[in-house]
Amino acid sequence: MNKWTALAQKMSKWIILALTFIIIQLLIQVNIINDYLQATLATICINIILAVSLNLITGFTGQFSLGHAGFMSIGAYTCAIILLRMPTTWGFLAGIFGGALLAAVVGFLVGLPTLRLRGDYLAIATLGMSEIIRILFLNMEITNGAAGLSGIPRFTNWFYLFVFMIGTIIVITNFLKSSHGRACISIREDEIAAEAMGINTTRYKVTAFTIGAFCAGIAGALYAAYFYFVKPSTFGFLKSIDVLVIVVLGGMGSISGSILSAILLALISTILQDFSELRMILYALMLIIIMLFRPQGLMGSKEVSLKIFKNLLSYMPSRKEGQ
Amino acid sequence: MKKTLLILTAIMVVMAVFASCSQPKSNSDTIKIGVNYELSGGVATYGQSSVEGIELAVEEINKAGGVNGKLIEIVKYDNKSEEAEATTLATRLMTQDKVVAVLGPATSGAFKATIPVATQHKVPVASGSATADDVTVDSNGVKEYAFRICFNDSYQGTGMANYALNNLGLKKAVIIMDSSSDYGKGLAENFKKTFEANGGTVVAQEAYVEGDTDFNAILTSIKGKDFDVIFIPGYYEEAGLIIKQARDQGIDVPILGADGFDSPDLKSLAGAEALNNVYFSNHYSSLDQDPVVQDFIKLFKSKYNKQPDAFNALGYDLAKFVIDGISRAEKLTGEAVKDALAATKNFNGVTGSFSVDENHNPVKALVVIQLKDGEQYSSERLSMD
Amino acid sequence: MEQLIQQVVNGISLGSIYALIALGYTMVYGIIKLINFAHGDIYMLGAYIGYFCMTTLHLGFLPSLLIAMVLCTLVGITIEKIAYKPLRNAARIAVLITAIGVSLFIEYGTMFFVGAGVRSYPAMTGLMVQKISLGSTVITMQQILIVAVTVVLMTILQFIVKKTRIGKAMRAVSLDNDAAQLMGINVDTTISFTFALGSALAGAAGILVGVYYNSINPLMGIMPGLKAFVAAVLGGIGIIPGAMIGGYLIGIVEVFVSGYGYSMYRDAVVFAILILILIIKPAGIMGRNTREKV
Repeated sequence: MNKWTALAQKMSKWIILALTFIIIQLLIQVNIINDYLQATLATICINIILAVSLNLITGFTGQFSLGHAGFMSIGAYTCAIILLRMPTTWGFLAGIFGGALLAAVVGFLVGLPTLRLRGDYLAIATLGMSEIIRILFLNMEITNGAAGLSGIPRFTNWFYLFVFMIGTIIVITNFLKSSHGRACISIREDEIAAEAMGINTTRYKVTAFTIGAFCAGIAGALYAAYFYFVKPSTFGFLKSIDVLVIVVLGGMGSISGSILSAILLALISTILQDFSELRMILYALMLIIIMLFRPQGLMGSKEVSLKIFKNLLSYMPSRKEGQ
Repeated sequence: MKKTLLILTAIMVVMAVFASCSQPKSNSDTIKIGVNYELSGGVATYGQSSVEGIELAVEEINKAGGVNGKLIEIVKYDNKSEEAEATTLATRLMTQDKVVAVLGPATSGAFKATIPVATQHKVPVASGSATADDVTVDSNGVKEYAFRICFNDSYQGTGMANYALNNLGLKKAVIIMDSSSDYGKGLAENFKKTFEANGGTVVAQEAYVEGDTDFNAILTSIKGKDFDVIFIPGYYEEAGLIIKQARDQGIDVPILGADGFDSPDLKSLAGAEALNNVYFSNHYSSLDQDPVVQDFIKLFKSKYNKQPDAFNALGYDLAKFVIDGISRAEKLTGEAVKDALAATKNFNGVTGSFSVDENHNPVKALVVIQLKDGEQYSSERLSMD
Repeated sequence: MEQLIQQVVNGISLGSIYALIALGYTMVYGIIKLINFAHGDIYMLGAYIGYFCMTTLHLGFLPSLLIAMVLCTLVGITIEKIAYKPLRNAARIAVLITAIGVSLFIEYGTMFFVGAGVRSYPAMTGLMVQKISLGSTVITMQQILIVAVTVVLMTILQFIVKKTRIGKAMRAVSLDNDAAQLMGINVDTTISFTFALGSALAGAAGILVGVYYNSINPLMGIMPGLKAFVAAVLGGIGIIPGAMIGGYLIGIVEVFVSGYGYSMYRDAVVFAILILILIIKPAGIMGRNTREKV
């Protein structure tokens, strides 16, 4: 067994990631992925971050949150405010991490008392929290009220989108593999049993909630620095529902499901462009039908299995070896 | 984890390739204009009304043979009342559909969000109803590729403040503003500034948000105060209800508003009886005997079977304004159309005859309309400065 | 002082609407532990049905009210049968998501058929536009009508729940579903009946709002729906008098927040009350704290 082959296998995921990044970057450079497709790509990446992080809260930990738009708006506004005063890459990075941290702090403070509530009460409480955040932004001086903040320089590009999207996915999958993650899943399965087993349920719920809020803050910051503009009405109740639809369609408890459905819904939404009135009706029908006939979503709690692909990869170098 | 990333990668690459192969082909016999409006979502009514006007104008022009021998083709998308979507669609119209100009969106926020895209791709964007002061001009000077054909907020706010003071002789005002729109806030600020600078006092300033229906609490709290006029910067949906509830509570002072009042729905919401002693500023009056106005009203009624409102008229004018620019442009490029639009002189539209000034705003007179029993009773032109 | 009285009058008329909607929420939650997000939209449908009765069919107020209540009842039962019944034993979260789906479906379905714009009710005439002035306090006939209809409906409801067989069944099912079934109560019928009652009240609230405010639109149910839920929680969910008290309290709080110049924060205050109640006394004003059993 060749040591290089082993190393190559170990590194394969990083190589593939790097290749993806480079291929898309090249396609952007030669303008095959034009500005419009880039915008769609940005929407998909941002939605993936939102969906994966909501999945951690709702799908894996079993805490029904309707407040994701609120956390996203905190990230978006923080980043916008910093970027308007400091339009540099450092300002952008400060905006992203500042926004995400602030969202996480709010998530922690809100989560601590409300996560004691069960299921539907929590949903309503988080919904209320998100509305309160929106109303505050609507009335604050620094956020320019209803008119929102415009003229935000565009710093988000494919590089940042890619890095933060992959970063979010890696952090959350690794969290779920850790003992903390398993504790979270046990809460979803049976909270009382988990508690009886000595798991500090509140702590894990709050942890998951805070991580989710942090990632939503990142997504919001990327959004603000891509679309030039933020305003309170963007982050209403329906935005939270949009993210929820992605998670539910993909499967609560499946990271790859969330990713797939974020991409799928972006495509559907482009196709439905001309039938905008029907879009929401179809969304609604989809929610109902999925819940009635396939409540586990497209992927259930399974992850995509790519055995064939993987086998192929390990097969190719070994054939070379044999020659 | 690895699998997840793998599939993600594969999908993204495939998607990118597919999507990039599906470029629409362009047809050289028509001139394409993009329409990027709020056809669904929160402010769908403004978008839909504007598009009715636009389609009427384009139909009329195409019937008459088009522009320079070419027909006008509209590429219409719905931005769902979302700013991000408006930006994305503006990009789509400019890069994929290759339009020479984009009409809309209707609201200032969404319109502003598309301006960086316009500048980047050198395709002009024009709105019929983005009224915020900083839409076409900011601290860096005029935004080259942004145009509008409506008044800005300070123009209307100032105009109504002067009208209240000078023409109606009213000194003590209460402002009830729509604080969920920049339109309401902009008007309120400017009204207040001018009103107080010229000797009036603003006794109270109250706020509501879009979609509110119960204004009794606000009205009760102002009722005890000493005032002789109410200014309502906002749209007819709520203004109609405020007027109705104010009259029900016995508040019968004059009520002032701006072009957001102009809709046949104002009468049905407030009731004809409540609509006395109500004045609002507008672009035109249906009483105007100018054939341009009367022809538009007739044409609109025959196509849609209803009275036009301000958004209809502005949409109609917007399309004509941009197509007029296209007809004068030296070439069919965004840049040439932009230059032609900036050079517009004495464009004769339904919403007034105007020229484009150095800040890409129209220079036109304000019309103040008085309502009596819900109908337009009289109108007068306000010449500013 | 006079202003205070006037504000209380305003608050009571607004609160009546919340109370009517909250009753439906509270009964449904009490019996199947579901936040029926679609409830606010049934209220919206009631408003539209009333609108078409009055404009297209030229009916008077009372017949329109009855038609709206009957049709809303049918809609409520249908929703329960199609969307919620198959999920009776599913996870709570699944039912809640379905409820959100149903709510969006009704909202945008209605928008598809009647358009997004506001509609206004036909102008009221005669007795309906009278008003009573007591000093500077003005009470309109429509306000009296709202309160009167609300009180009558609540009395009827209270009678049904307390004095009839089906009401007894409702109370039994909400107390213990399985035990009720063992005692020979038809749980499905009882749940349907609960939805029917709640929807009828929501329909009535819809048409009252149409008459009172004169403005309806397809998304009008969202906010009142959420606030009515807050009212139900405030009063103690599952408790009928609690929903009434909660509704009137929320109405009065809202009016006072707006009346004293903070109208911008009105909705925020309502949601803050909700969160506080949930944290401090989740059982609500009228509720008793119960221990959780394994």
